[in-house]
Amino acid sequence: MAERPPTRAPVQPGAVAGRIFLYGILVLAALYFLLPFFVMVTTSLKSMAEIRTGNLVSLPREITFEAWREAWGSACVGVQCEGIKGYFYNSIRMAIPAVLISTAIGAVNGYIFSKWRFRGSEVIFSLLLVGCFIPFQVILLPMARTLGTFGLAQSLTGLVLVHIIYGLALTTLFFRNFYVGIPDDLVKAARIDGAGFFRIFFRIILPISAPIIVVTIIFQMTQIWNDFLFGVVFTGGDTQPVTVALNNLVNTSTGVKQYNVDMAAAIITGAPTLLVYILAGKYFLRGLTAGAVKG
Amino acid sequence: MPLRARGTGVGLADRLQAYLPRIVLSPTIAAAAVFIYGFILWTIWISMTNSGLLPRYELAGFVQYVKLFASDRWWVASRNLAVFGGLFVTFCIIFGLLLAILLDQRIRVEGALRTLYLYPMALSFIVTGTAWRWILNPGLGLERLVRQAGLESFTFDWLVNSKMSIYTVVIAGVWQSTGFVMALFLAGLRSIDDAVIRAAQVDGASLPRIYARIIVPTMRPVFFSAVIILTHIAIKSFDLVMVLTGGGPGYSSDLPATFMYTFAFTRNRLGFGAASAVMMFMAVMAIIIPYLYSELRVRRDG
Repeated sequence: MAERPPTRAPVQPGAVAGRIFLYGILVLAALYFLLPFFVMVTTSLKSMAEIRTGNLVSLPREITFEAWREAWGSACVGVQCEGIKGYFYNSIRMAIPAVLISTAIGAVNGYIFSKWRFRGSEVIFSLLLVGCFIPFQVILLPMARTLGTFGLAQSLTGLVLVHIIYGLALTTLFFRNFYVGIPDDLVKAARIDGAGFFRIFFRIILPISAPIIVVTIIFQMTQIWNDFLFGVVFTGGDTQPVTVALNNLVNTSTGVKQYNVDMAAAIITGAPTLLVYILAGKYFLRGLTAGAVKG
Repeated sequence: MPLRARGTGVGLADRLQAYLPRIVLSPTIAAAAVFIYGFILWTIWISMTNSGLLPRYELAGFVQYVKLFASDRWWVASRNLAVFGGLFVTFCIIFGLLLAILLDQRIRVEGALRTLYLYPMALSFIVTGTAWRWILNPGLGLERLVRQAGLESFTFDWLVNSKMSIYTVVIAGVWQSTGFVMALFLAGLRSIDDAVIRAAQVDGASLPRIYARIIVPTMRPVFFSAVIILTHIAIKSFDLVMVLTGGGPGYSSDLPATFMYTFAFTRNRLGFGAASAVMMFMAVMAIIIPYLYSELRVRRDG
């Protein structure tokens, strides 16, 4: 989204008040969006005693990292009291292979659907596209049975497979739409020179794919890291991803509720995707709109 | 002899080359056939049996659907989806469009503001739901804040009030997704030809009038996309409800997605859960298939 060249809204002397009003609303909106994050951070740095006496937006009088230590290493998630660190590692071990494999397959698929079309390939692509939209509830029961049959029930490997399978439709779509914009002549010329399917892919297509690879990896990473449904259905106990662990932590009804620990755990859970967003927001947005306006 | 051998060799390689894309694509096609279409049929099958704890495959007709439509909880979940979906889509579009228009006025720090508006989209609903659960906490959250500010009688117990709990999901959902809708509209605004606007300005039209009469109406496709996407998000909403209210108090904030999960995976009523999943599937398809059709058709025409 490029900045618009200054053509609209001519500035007149009388419009200064309007401009102030405009900026006022925009800043107010920004504060509104920031508020939950601000509350999370300040609450996580307070002690429970201070939370009980203070209020939502008060700054911590005494900053303590006790809640963070507890959230990471000793808070009770279900029956185990070892914090969310194990589940955080689970998410990393799940996300890396799932993101890389679904992106790699999507790249090759997209290459075929754009540059090696065959009779029926458009129909197959449309049928695959439906996979982006189905509510996953409609495949959960058969998938649970199937994973059980192959001995993958409640395992991280099973979860990785599920993420790859149901991520493929979208990664294929991303790459296909990107490659459609690359002139066919490039591929045709290479074919006349005798280059084959894989040679063209690795020598010509892949080297110019960097932007879409980044967009896809970021999009998939965010999707897979933030997933809750697949995690809660297909894993259990100590194979759960961090989102499921966070939900269990927050919804534990036993013992005294420690809001500061909840908030610290929530920030830790959100940190990887938030970091990606801050570092590569442009690519994140591109993936979001590409994934939204599908087809 | 060597010549002929070479000749057939080339022919084979050529033929292989011609089929290579299909061969490479076949695992994906097989996966989609089995894991999307096969599994949908499988779920439909389960929904037409008496499956309880374990799946049974003798068909039993529509008994599960009859039970589903007789279930008060299902209608609560459906009504909640209508309430949540309607408000969620409406507010996201109003706020998203408003922010996009305001941001489109040559704002100096536009990039920074945009980043702030959009960051919730990078976070899991579980994370933001945890934050909202704390903010909306009846004892220590917003209620305490307002009371300390002087309004002693202020109560805000929507999270534990079965009449209002679904609206907490609306609050958190709108907060999360407004930035995204803003980004969609902003992209739409940026694609409008400036010449049209300048011409209207020359004719003496005021800026609000230009927006109301010219710019917003030309963005009809963006509205269309936004409604479809948001409706789709609403039907699939699961995580936010789970972390925020757990569907409670009671089942007052259940949505079809949490309903299905509860019956299929915690209450082990597979047939019943499958029937609710099929209903969700049909609802999504009723929205998505016309959308995809129109999108693909437009693309072919263009």
